[in-house]
Amino acid sequence: MSSVPLSAYLALGLILFCIGLYGALTKRNIIIVLISIELMLNAANINLVAFSKFGVMPSITGQIFALFVMAVAAAEVAVGVAILIALYRNRNTVNIDEVNTLKH
Amino acid sequence: MENAWIIPLFPLLSFLFLIFFGKRLKEASAYIGILLSLASFVYSLLVLFERFTSPTHKAESVWLTIGDVQLTAGFEVNQLNALMLVIVSLVSFLVHTYSKGYMHGDERFHVYYAYLGLFTFAMLGLVLSPNLLQTYIFWELVGLGSFLLIGFYFYKEEAKKAAKKAFIMTRIGDVGLLIGMILLFWQVGSFEYDEIFAAVEAGAVSSTMITLTAILIFIGAVGKSGQFPLHTWLPDAMEGPTPVSALIHAATMVAAGVYLVASLFPLFTASETALMTVAIIGAFTAIFAASIGLVQKDIKRVLAYSTVSQLGYMMLALGSAGYVAGVFHLMTHAFFKALLFLAAGSVIHAVHTQDIEKMGGLWKKLRVTGPLFLIGTLAISGVPLFSGFFSKDEILIAAWAHGNTVLFWLAVIAAFFTAFYMFRLFFMVFSGESRSDMKHVKESPSVMTVPMMVLAILAVVAGYVNTPWFGTFLGDWLTEGNPALGHGHIEGPSWIMIVATVVSLLGIFLAWLIYSKRSLSRDWLGASTLYTILYNKYYIDELYELTVLKVTKGLSLILRFIETFIVEGIVKGVSGAVSGLGHLGSRFQSGQIQRYGAVAFVGLAILIVVFAVTGGYLK
Repeated sequence: MSSVPLSAYLALGLILFCIGLYGALTKRNIIIVLISIELMLNAANINLVAFSKFGVMPSITGQIFALFVMAVAAAEVAVGVAILIALYRNRNTVNIDEVNTLKH
Repeated sequence: MENAWIIPLFPLLSFLFLIFFGKRLKEASAYIGILLSLASFVYSLLVLFERFTSPTHKAESVWLTIGDVQLTAGFEVNQLNALMLVIVSLVSFLVHTYSKGYMHGDERFHVYYAYLGLFTFAMLGLVLSPNLLQTYIFWELVGLGSFLLIGFYFYKEEAKKAAKKAFIMTRIGDVGLLIGMILLFWQVGSFEYDEIFAAVEAGAVSSTMITLTAILIFIGAVGKSGQFPLHTWLPDAMEGPTPVSALIHAATMVAAGVYLVASLFPLFTASETALMTVAIIGAFTAIFAASIGLVQKDIKRVLAYSTVSQLGYMMLALGSAGYVAGVFHLMTHAFFKALLFLAAGSVIHAVHTQDIEKMGGLWKKLRVTGPLFLIGTLAISGVPLFSGFFSKDEILIAAWAHGNTVLFWLAVIAAFFTAFYMFRLFFMVFSGESRSDMKHVKESPSVMTVPMMVLAILAVVAGYVNTPWFGTFLGDWLTEGNPALGHGHIEGPSWIMIVATVVSLLGIFLAWLIYSKRSLSRDWLGASTLYTILYNKYYIDELYELTVLKVTKGLSLILRFIETFIVEGIVKGVSGAVSGLGHLGSRFQSGQIQRYGAVAFVGLAILIVVFAVTGGYLK
């Protein structure tokens, strides 16, 4: 077997997560924000799968969890996009800075 | 007798029933009130007859336990209680009946009857109380009933004011009673009458303390019984419906003060100073109120001042160690004064005015009320063979026997005044010619005259239960088995009776000369300064207005200033600071979701750094 070390997987996960976090915190377009959140979820998935193979106690549970996360993410995106469409119909915008009515 | 506690429950039932269902019953409410008050009267009568043969009955159970002090509640039937039960329930029953005619057509008829029930309940409860605490509770309830009934015509400004005045003035006295009560409890450790008397007799309470508590309790009685200087509420209380005046401000509630002193009599006799205070206040009130009564022009006000004066008599009797005399006069007074008030109500009902200057010549028109009023007048004036004669005589003898010569002569002069102003009232109302246009004068219906007749019979015969001629049944019975209350009969020189008769007849004769025969002119009276002073009731109300009221109002103004500027200032400062802090915090909530995310992320980063630096745990 090739010997890609665990740290490489974790580094990939970290990079993906940071890109996702940066996108979620800085992008103005809500769609991009949603996509960034997906990136962060997938970074977590890479970690889970990596640990299921190279962890202290390797087991299949990690991969099952990754599948769960994907299912949940799919559902979340479905709801998120539905809200987004409703928002767009109401406010005619996808700019996150303009969606700021939930304040004191 | 074991079931005597039921007696106050009848009127309470009447009150509750009429409060809830009275509106539908309208005038039929009267039947419920009359029936239930009759029930308590019949029961009281049975209890009284049973009391003649069997000893005092007392039943109590523990009400509250505080530490190792136990407060009890219950009821007691001794001689005084049994007698008072009958007086109160009888007058209440008669007033219930009379009111059916008098209050006919009133919009709040059922409310009136409900209040009557409440008052009767409170008064009967007061009479049955075996301890001071229970007495105090009912004492205040009686005050409430009186307040509601005086202010019954609350749409009239005077009635509203009078009700408030009555409540506040009696409240001043009640503070004295409350303090006295607490002091007694502190000294004796019990509110029970029996235990208080036992402690006083055993010398467990110092004599200064006895004097102090007795005088404080007497202040309560002063407020309730309209003695000087807290008397001013009683004449004003005449703003209530006339039957109420008969029930509350003649026969029962105002007698509660006298009753209180009588039921605590052993406490008072233990202190010569306290007795002297009671006697002096009583005698002074008697002559003071009688002199005001000489010139008043409102029929009910004359009777009101006469009530104050007669209550002063009772206090004088009690203060002269004349227990029997005081209670005896309380009983006879209840009958003839209730009669006079009901008769006055009948007159007012017929002529629709209370001003005696506008009346006159009513003897021919009111063929029933006139003679009844005359009987009441004769009784109160102390004309021989009527009930007032015997009881007043007892009081004079008691005052003389106790050595209060000055007070004795004051009482004699007051008796002269009483005879004079009562007959002045009688002649002005009934004799001569009508002084104003009165065409539709009609005698009252029998529902009103029959109760008056019952009272008239009692006003004549009630005196014969305790006479120096036929035996002193009442006195012997009242003091039986209780030497602390003094003798059943006090011997006095026989000239006292003659003096009493002469002064009352002299008073009547003078009144007849001035107001009926008119051989003496009234004009020189009206012009004098004395007349003005008397007519304005010695300016007592104005004096209170100037002194007590001004001071109280000034004080309350200062307190209000403190309230609005200092107390509310602090409160506003505190609440303002908190709300400002909240506003500052709410600035962070901008609605920018990404900013929240960034803050959360930075926070997390800081935590991780701290974690890394400190090695995992914050020490």
